Amino acid sequence: MTRGRNVIRVLVAKVGLDGHDRGAKVVAQALRDAGMEVIYTGLRSTPEHVVQTALQEDVHILGLSILSGAHMALTRKVLAQLKEQGADKEMAVVVGGTMPPVDVRKLKEMGAAAVFPMGTAMSTVTKEMQELGKRMLAARENAASPA
Amino acid sequence: MSTTGKPKGATSSSGIPIKPIYTPEDVKGPHQERIGEPGKYPYTRSLHPTPYSQRLWTFRQYSGLAAAEDTNQRYKFLLSQGQTGLSVAMDLPSQIGYDSDDPLAEDEVGRVGVAISSLKDMELIFDGISLADVSTSFTINGTAAATLAMYFAVAEKQGVPLAKVRGTIQNDILKEYVARGTWIFPPEPSLRLIADSIEYCARHAPKFNSISIAGAHFHDAGASTVQELAFTLADGITYVDWTRRRGIPVDEFAPQLSFFFYTHNDFFEEIAKYRAGRRLWAKIMKERFGAKDPRSWMFRAGVVCGGSMLTAQQPHNNIVRVAYQAMASVLGGVQSVFTAAWDEAYTIPSEETAELALRTQQVLAYETGVANVVDPLGGSYYVESLTDAVEREAAKLIEDIDARGGMVPCIEKGYIQSLIARRAYEEQRKIESGEKVIVGVNKFAREETPPEIASYDVPEDAKRRHLERLNRVRKERDQAKAKAALAALERAARGAENTMPYLMDAVKAYCTMGEIYGTLRGVFGTFKEPVMQL
Repeated sequence: MTRGRNVIRVLVAKVGLDGHDRGAKVVAQALRDAGMEVIYTGLRSTPEHVVQTALQEDVHILGLSILSGAHMALTRKVLAQLKEQGADKEMAVVVGGTMPPVDVRKLKEMGAAAVFPMGTAMSTVTKEMQELGKRMLAARENAASPA
Repeated sequence: MSTTGKPKGATSSSGIPIKPIYTPEDVKGPHQERIGEPGKYPYTRSLHPTPYSQRLWTFRQYSGLAAAEDTNQRYKFLLSQGQTGLSVAMDLPSQIGYDSDDPLAEDEVGRVGVAISSLKDMELIFDGISLADVSTSFTINGTAAATLAMYFAVAEKQGVPLAKVRGTIQNDILKEYVARGTWIFPPEPSLRLIADSIEYCARHAPKFNSISIAGAHFHDAGASTVQELAFTLADGITYVDWTRRRGIPVDEFAPQLSFFFYTHNDFFEEIAKYRAGRRLWAKIMKERFGAKDPRSWMFRAGVVCGGSMLTAQQPHNNIVRVAYQAMASVLGGVQSVFTAAWDEAYTIPSEETAELALRTQQVLAYETGVANVVDPLGGSYYVESLTDAVEREAAKLIEDIDARGGMVPCIEKGYIQSLIARRAYEEQRKIESGEKVIVGVNKFAREETPPEIASYDVPEDAKRRHLERLNRVRKERDQAKAKAALAALERAARGAENTMPYLMDAVKAYCTMGEIYGTLRGVFGTFKEPVMQL
């Protein structure tokens, strides 16, 4: 696939040992139908592997799907890993899955650009991802311009 | 009845056309022969000639949390409240064969179920609960063989003969490759381990269900009711094939095969699914495999009500959904029921919500009168016609899978996975367009602040207790014996012998889950997921 200059690229990742991927696959199809380029990691990625793949694929948004309850620890690791690679400014991290309201707040404080807990409409996810993707595209454009 | 007049005709959730009225015309043909009598081949009406009031279905609530002691306490509570069977939920490291102190495990210990790292944990879970008195079900697949060995070892230690031990081990790896995802090895060695445990149970533990062929996870991942039934029976065919291939006559192990499903919201289609399932499986066993023992023909099913049908919005509505699902299951004639708690879309249920979930099926059993008559819907023009349609559609799908070489190649190529992923997406689109109504989600929804449900977190002290125990086990066991048991297991795995006796020796020598599955990974390798065509 050729990478369009203005196409939003997204990595949908399953981190940890959780094998529930209905949501990840549904969201991947919805984002693709909304015109984004989507890469799906498959199950049981480690935070290191997720970040490595995101860098290789040069995505704008890294989406984590976690339904095991381990979302706090795993998101923290992915964010730290991204920072360590110096890529935390050019990629946004979003999280979806079974997170109670209190954890939604905490994940945002931690640095997640958006959180989609159970019950979020697919259309809401697509819309927010599109806006976020555009912001990331613009941010990179600015960073790249010589002026 | 609706007065708005729909432009399109109604369909069942699987897409079977539904008419507004059914008459004797809909069940023409050799009707009596197809339906038969309760308790007789092909069992459309029921496995048994007697109603539930003479022998109720088993109330079996899936539960397990934190460390062994915490789970032991929860089980004693549930048994004291009238639960009649146990159902063990294990945490993810134990399900995938890692010890709790493995770096891959640290965030998941005791989270979605109890942590079982060695026989010591299994002993504590059943402390004060005699295995002669309860039947226990394990939702375990990747590490089913060692878990089974641990349970049998506890029975031995309690002085309960294996011939008396009752329960079910899920032991169904094929659906793990498609949904749920707790696979370890590639399909072939996985199927060999399953055949090993089926054979071992047939020889030593005749009252234990050696497998629970599960459609539940297909259904919850997005498969339609018809797809759920067809994929499950196709998996069943694969397990029977693999076990027969080692020369074991079908009637020696088939009576110990059982099934597991999710009952979703389409009331009559779910009832039809269980009736059609009984008839289809009876025919498969008798005609395809030549089974002669009537017990080999029996499609014994446990079910879950809840799962992906639960909504986070207006979560109390889930109590009502689960109650209807439980009623459909019982009208469908199933053998055991798990009713999920209403807050399970959010968290591990509290003792209070778990109790209400159990009460839901107790009200059904003791107050509504559904238990008084066998198959009360038998002979209904609609239900019989729908049973025929579900059977016909499922049989078509099984034929398609057969033509593609069976379930193993279909899974290795990602065929089943993409059918399910596609339907999950279509369902979501129907919900968002309002074509499919979910009360409180896309109809009668209101602005609401999410309920303040306490989020479940594994108590730090439970995790500490568990890790200390694991270290103690590793330190205090007879090291030479543990080492020898692992070496013998490795040799057996490389050869063609049944691995179960070696697994029994290994767990009794207190080898850990991580050591046992580390050894087997070395022999069998691990599964690589096919690239998904989304």
